[in-house]
Amino acid sequence: MDASQILTSVSILGGVGLAFGTLIALAHLRLRVWEDPRIEALTDVLPGANCGACGFAGCRAFAEGVLEGAAVPAGCTVLSRDEVEDVAEFLGVDVGESNRRVARLLCAGGSDVALRKADYYGIESCAAALAVTGGGKGCAWGCLGLADCAVSCDFDAIHMTPFGLPWVEPDACTGCNDCVVACPLDLFVLLPVGDPLLVQCRNLMEGEAATEVCSVACNACGRCVQDGAPGLIEMRSGLAVIDYGRIGEANPEAIGRCPTGAIAWVLGAQDFPGAPVTSEVT
Amino acid sequence: MLAGWSFRHGVHPPDSKALTEAVPVRRMPFPREIVLPLRQHAGKPARLIVRKGDHVERGDKVGEADGWISVPIHASAAGTVTDVDWWPHPDGSMERAVRIAVDEFSPQIPRPRMVPEWEGLDARDVVAAVQQAGVVGLGGAAFPTHVKLLPPDGVTVELLLVNGAECEPYLTTDHRTMVEFPERVHFGTRVMMRTLGVERAVIGVEKNKPDAIDVLRRTAPTDLDVEVVPLTVKYPQGAEKMLIKTVTGREVPSGKLPAHVGTVVQNVGSIAAIGEIFQTGLPLVERIVTVTGPALRRPSNLIVPVGTKLRDVLDFCGGLREDVAEVLFGGPMMGSAQPDLDVPLLKGTTGVVALTHRETKPKTAYPCIRCGHCLDACPVFLNPQLLGSLAQAGRYEEMEAASLMDCMLCGCCSYVCPSNLPLSQMFALGKAAARRRRELVA
Repeated sequence: MDASQILTSVSILGGVGLAFGTLIALAHLRLRVWEDPRIEALTDVLPGANCGACGFAGCRAFAEGVLEGAAVPAGCTVLSRDEVEDVAEFLGVDVGESNRRVARLLCAGGSDVALRKADYYGIESCAAALAVTGGGKGCAWGCLGLADCAVSCDFDAIHMTPFGLPWVEPDACTGCNDCVVACPLDLFVLLPVGDPLLVQCRNLMEGEAATEVCSVACNACGRCVQDGAPGLIEMRSGLAVIDYGRIGEANPEAIGRCPTGAIAWVLGAQDFPGAPVTSEVT
Repeated sequence: MLAGWSFRHGVHPPDSKALTEAVPVRRMPFPREIVLPLRQHAGKPARLIVRKGDHVERGDKVGEADGWISVPIHASAAGTVTDVDWWPHPDGSMERAVRIAVDEFSPQIPRPRMVPEWEGLDARDVVAAVQQAGVVGLGGAAFPTHVKLLPPDGVTVELLLVNGAECEPYLTTDHRTMVEFPERVHFGTRVMMRTLGVERAVIGVEKNKPDAIDVLRRTAPTDLDVEVVPLTVKYPQGAEKMLIKTVTGREVPSGKLPAHVGTVVQNVGSIAAIGEIFQTGLPLVERIVTVTGPALRRPSNLIVPVGTKLRDVLDFCGGLREDVAEVLFGGPMMGSAQPDLDVPLLKGTTGVVALTHRETKPKTAYPCIRCGHCLDACPVFLNPQLLGSLAQAGRYEEMEAASLMDCMLCGCCSYVCPSNLPLSQMFALGKAAARRRRELVA
């Protein structure tokens, strides 16, 4: 093979490449869509978890929302307070207010207080246990403690206590809803971090039937209904239900006479035995 | 007819039926309390029609059928309704149940003829009578029987297939029904054949029950085309689609009903129940249950009032041995482990099996080695190895695309897996996830 053949092919391919390259460069100049460079910059600063807790379809959509004025930097629940302020300063906008929500577990029945009827051997997953005949817990509504929620949490905000309850670290929780979807018993809710009144039970049985299976179950005695602000708490099919539309009227007296502790006044993290002690969060 | 042939794949677990297969059926005395959950059948639960304090006679309704795919629930003993409250259900949940304190000195005589005489009824009346008598599939799924008596529009049924295979290990419920009550089986077959308008019926019985085959052949009516076919002993021979394949050679397409291949399959226990309700006039208030297992002191076949608590049944059978590890409703292949001894036996409870640590020793699950044993075992030709790895990855939607919904949770794949993977539990999980996804979308 002589050198001219190589030269020919190189020059043909090079020429073609050059021609198309020029075409692309021209097209880029002519057909360019201008994009705010701050979107890219902001997306890089955002956590990139695409958790959706802000209400947008991912971090980039949130960045666009902030620049359009549809959202405020504080809407991102994953960023720390300092980072949010940095973002606001960079964009020259107000930090804004966000109603930060955290995941709360509607069960306090750890293995220390809840009856266990049978041992479960099988796939270590709440959903898998429920797909057969449950996890052997006395209360059919209560937390099975096989940690589907902790596995689903992208922020390592859920830790299992020694008594098999998932404990949510409020500072790490972003309110992304993953645990709410993961729990097959629908035991998680997202509540504003400042709303302290919470019924930590889903057991629909009443009286001794409820407390026989779990000593911290709501036995539907109705004392909290009398002690809370009028109309704030209602007894509905064996369970105290709080009207969160009127949570502003709540006061700690509502939990004062609860015989089992099913209704709780939660400042910061939920108080489960064996959980790490945390200070009050804002 | 491909008699002597069989469906492809399947497994051969030890049948363990020797404990009870020759034990005659006994009647269990009425317990002190009966618990009747309103959800005992596939479809819509019954609607409560009694209140605390009401007195009921044996056979009175405590729940009314709520819609077409639903049946009433009848009191299985005379007594007083003490409460309607949450009670443990055999599926592991809590359900609303009617608790009846049984009258200690009641003769338990039912009201006269609650089910009309069969003679002179037309097909619609028979269907209505069967629904009102609360008859459901007694083979485990508890699907309301009257629905099967009216095939969907545009479908012609040519064959009634009576399922006496009873392939599940340990259980001898259907076996004893066929041996001791063959006239009920034949009478029920007659009622069903006339209602469906079919000319031919086949009773399929696995070859490990030669006495049942013999008795059914000897007592078979001469004026009807009823044939007793011995079937190869293989699990799951008693699965509806496997039985059709074996007897007719036809395959039920995925997602279709047996009626689409011109067949109606009915468990032999349900057939006998149809015969019984028209004979005695009493609705379905009791059933035959095998109570057995190596952890039970006196394995028995019992006639048990529906709603009797598991604890009472076990006590009547001499109680559990000390080395008991697990009590199942149903057999070891498809049954469900019971976490509570207070659960009531329902219409769909085929048997109670008590196992010791020897049979239930938990095994460590190892990674899949792609040996393909599960593919050779699956009677509906799925790929359990693929489905299993999708389940482990939480990719439940892809499981549905891989025909998860054709899986009937027979457990053949788990039985053969050398890595001890809990495959059928994974598929139960996948099915539950599919249900949940549909609820979230709805």
